[in-house]
This record gives sequence, structure tokens and C-alpha cells, in this order.
Amino acid sequence: MNHWIIAPIVLPAIMAPILLMGARHDIVLARIFSIASTVALLGIALALTTMVSDGTILTYALGNWVAPFGIVLVADRLSVMMLVLTAALALAVLFFAIDGGDRDGRHFHALYQFQLMGINGAFLTGDFFNLFVFFEVLLIASYGLMVHGGGASRVKAGVQYVAINLVGSTLFLIAVGMIYSVTGTLNMADLAVKVPQIAAGDQALLQAGALLLLLVFCVKAALVPVHFWLPGTYANASAPVAALFAIMTKVGAYCVIRLYILAFGADAGAATWLAAPWLLPAALVTLSLGMLGVLAARRLGQLASFAVIGSMGLLLVGVALFTPVALSAALYYLLHSTLAGAVLFLIADLLARRRPGEDDALTVAPRFSQLSLLAGAFFVAAIAATGMPPLSGFIGKLLILDAALDNRQFALIWTLVLGTSLIAIIGFGRAGSTLFWKSTGQPGCFPAQAESNALALVAIGLLLAGNVGLTLFAGPLTSYLDATAEQIFSTQHYIEAVLGSTIPEGGKP
Amino acid sequence: MEFLLSTAIGLLTAGGVYLVLRARTWPVVLGLALLSYATNLFLFATGRLVLNLPPVISPEAAAYTDPLPQALVLTAIVISFGMTAVIVVMALRSYLENGSDHVDGKQEDAA
Repeated sequence: MNHWIIAPIVLPAIMAPILLMGARHDIVLARIFSIASTVALLGIALALTTMVSDGTILTYALGNWVAPFGIVLVADRLSVMMLVLTAALALAVLFFAIDGGDRDGRHFHALYQFQLMGINGAFLTGDFFNLFVFFEVLLIASYGLMVHGGGASRVKAGVQYVAINLVGSTLFLIAVGMIYSVTGTLNMADLAVKVPQIAAGDQALLQAGALLLLLVFCVKAALVPVHFWLPGTYANASAPVAALFAIMTKVGAYCVIRLYILAFGADAGAATWLAAPWLLPAALVTLSLGMLGVLAARRLGQLASFAVIGSMGLLLVGVALFTPVALSAALYYLLHSTLAGAVLFLIADLLARRRPGEDDALTVAPRFSQLSLLAGAFFVAAIAATGMPPLSGFIGKLLILDAALDNRQFALIWTLVLGTSLIAIIGFGRAGSTLFWKSTGQPGCFPAQAESNALALVAIGLLLAGNVGLTLFAGPLTSYLDATAEQIFSTQHYIEAVLGSTIPEGGKP
Repeated sequence: MEFLLSTAIGLLTAGGVYLVLRARTWPVVLGLALLSYATNLFLFATGRLVLNLPPVISPEAAAYTDPLPQALVLTAIVISFGMTAVIVVMALRSYLENGSDHVDGKQEDAA
């Protein structure tokens, strides 16, 4: 058995208590450990990438308990790709945090590692009760991170965030219970085997449970009509936290991709493509509302939140088409939108620090230090986020539009995607010209910053470089993603990899 | 027994949903607690209701009850208990910082 699979969960799980107890009083030590752990996570994720790049699906039976009974971890191309994305984003955001933001409250680094543990676990698990547990791990850590730094409005938004996620967890449990009561399994691969054999009398219970589960994932992915928590949460959280949360919405999208292609996909009998009729309309409405929100936003943080909602809409449009080509396009857009969304929150925070009194409100205000640098970063980020050429957003959008051509609804999809792109360009253009362009002509100047925020700028540069990299290496990347999408759709392969290895090496059955 | 259990779950859920939709944080917390009780009972019932059957293997047993939902309920109880504690503390902090326990942080006249 390959023990590297569990390393992305075990490493932060060990590192977090060390940070909590050993490095409690020494911020420098905490930073060193936190960076080291995240770098190691990135290294492990890249090593796993080389192991699964030939199409093998690695499984890891915890405690050597055989697959449908014990809990398994599964590493295939999709989950490993998400691990790499998580570690890369976390590393860049950590650079931003250690520029000062981590000192606003206690235990930032420990919570950060717990958060990474939960996210990595959710990507790796092959068992959906275990998925619930990892969801809780990442949520508990996120409650702590959400109120990091304190302040009245942040705590208020934090209570709302906790409440909605507790309701979400309740629904998750009810859905898991319903599916278990009919199929008698919690293993995703085993579920995929059992679902086609369910009697007609039990179909209603099974499908209700599965759709309830879809609702829970849509809450995480901030899909309309359950998106209301996102703008309040992201706009009120501190910048590094909001940027890291950009991956959390993708956890919801990942679960939709995983479960509704594997267990409720082509071979699911009466429940074939269960999610498709619900997901596509919801995703299209999300895209429209998100981009309209970009136009209506009054603060840069809000604008970034709505841009995240809109990008989740477009991402799930790609998923909801449920074809390998569209999924490959959606995965490319997922990589892009995570980086582009995160960098917007970081820019908004640097802006707010430089304009005391005005914060990140979209108002014309006097000049501030490093104006042209931030303006340039915002310009690049805006090009990426709105999907204009030449950056990766454009390629992602183009791929999704191209994949939608085969769909009966393609006229509607094209109209909405192109229309919302225009709205987003207007929204971003107005925000940028108000904040940077018009401000240059103003008399007076905000007092210069004592600190240059070099590390924070490095973090922003890294994320933007990631976007440029996605653009430059779009060719090899899309061929990798095509293979990933093929692997997700060849569900038999996944089932055999998980259930076929029921007798682990070493003999004990 | 089925009737008793299902009405209990139904009542708890109805009460929970009503309380979660209230405008003050304390009823919301109570509502979440009721919802988690309802969920725990529901999870318990997913293994089917049986009387006097052991969940673990024993030589005398003629049949068994499903042990898995009991393990799930245990996990769910631990998590929901911890989460209730977290939201109580956060609601208290929010009340102290905002001077109001309205979920939107607004004063009395808004309601």
C-alpha cells in the first residue's frame, strides 16, 4: 500500500497541534513551521501527481479494513489536481498572511493547517460519511479563521456563516441517512454499484436523498438560491482568509463532479443523470446574478465576492453539461477562477490598508502609496476574472462555450455567458477607473505606509503568475485535463480500483 | 413504535425550522440544537427499528441490528454538540460587540 496518499491529511494534522502548543508565543517560529508544512504539502501533492499521471487510481485502506466496510482514501487525477491547487493557493496566501495579517488574532497558523487538513481530506476520501467528517473539519477551522481579527461586523457575519453551515451539515446528515437506508452503503464506489439495483419502490427515497445531498454541495458552492451567505462572509473575513476560502466553494463543485458522475451518472438505472435537470438552470442563474452583483457592488471586497459567485456559476455550467469535453473545460476554469478570485481579495485588502477612512469602497479618493503597482495588479486580475484575452479566463470561457455547442440549450448558454461577460467587464472597468484612474487626478495624498508590504505583493505576484502560467501552458494542461475528465467518466475503472483491491497486500482479508 | 419515532422526528424538525427562522440569535441556536436532535433520531432509524437485538456478533444471537447507524449517530452527536458550543460563544460575542442579538445586528425597531 502506498502511504503517501494519506500524507496530505496527516501532515497538517500533526503540524497544527505543534503550532498550537509549541509555537504559541513565537510568531516567527509559527510562520516557519506553517510555511514549511505548506511547502511540504505542495511537494507531496506534486509527487502524487507523478504517481497518478499514467492513469492509475491509488487507494489506501485505513487500518487495512477492506473497501466497502472500512474507510478508503482514493487518489486519482482529479483529487490530486485539487490537492496541488489547494497547496499552491495556500502557499501564496500564507505569504500574504505573514506580512502582518496573522498577528491580528491568535492561532491563525494552527487553524490554517486544520483548514488544509479538512480540504485535503475532502478531496481524497472515497466514503461519503467520511466526506461529512472532513467537511466538518474544514468548517470548524473556517469558523475560527472567519472571525480572525475580530470586529463587530466580522463576528456578526461569522454567526450567520456558522448558522447556515450548521443547517447545511444537518441536511448533509439527513441525506446520508436516506441514501444509506436504501442502499446500505457509505462507500462511493459501492454506492455506484448498488444504485442501479435499487427497487422501483425505493427510488423516491434514494433520489430525494441524492438531491438533498446536491443541495448541500450547492450551499458549499454558493449556487443560487443558496448563495446568500457568500458575499457577507467573504467580504467581512480578513483578506488571507477570504482568499483561502476561494478553494472552499470548489470543494462543493468537486463533490458534485465526483458523486453525480460516479454514482448517479450514465449507469444509474432510474436515477441516471439525476443532477443534470437541476444543476444547469441553477448554474445559469448563478452566473447572471453573480455578474450583476459585480456591477452593483460598492466595495472592492464585495465585487470580488460576487465575481466568485459568478465564476462558480460558469464553472457549474460546464459541469452540468455532463460530457467529458465540458468537464475538462470546467476543470480548466476551476483552476483559473480559484487563483483569479483569491488575488482580488488580496488586492482589495492592500487597497483598504492604504486608504484609511475610505477602505476598499469604490469611491474617488486622494492618491495613495504604490498606486500604480496596485493598479497594474488589479488590471491583470480584472482581465483574468472577466475572461478577456489574453489571459486564462478567456481560454476557460472559450473552452466551456465550445463544449456547450453540442447541448440543446446552447443558444441560451452562449447568450448568458457572453452577456454576463460584458456586464462583468463594465463592472470591473468602472471599479478600476474609479479607484485608480480618477484618484490620480485628486489633490492631496493619503499618508504613506510605514511598511512596503513586500511579501504581500509577492503573494499577489505569485497568484497572477499562476494565471499567466495557466495561459502559457494551456496546451499541455488541457490534454492532462482531457485525460482527467475521461478518467472521471470511466466509472467502471474507479469502482474496480476501489472494490477490486478488497484484499490488501499483506494477506489479512 | 414507528409512528412514535416518526412523529417525534417530525415535531423536532418543525420546531427546529421555526426557531431557526427567528430573528434573534438565541432562538436560532435552540433551533439548530432541535434540528440536530431530529437528525440524530433520523439517522438512528435508518438502520431500521428492531427490538432486543445485539449490534455485535454473539453466539446466542438469532439476528442483529445494524451497528453502522449507531456509529454514525455517535459521530454526529459529538460534532453537533461541539458546533452548538461554538455558535453559542460566537453569538454571545456578536451580542457583546454589536449591542444587539438580532441576526442582522439591527436594533429593536427593525423587527
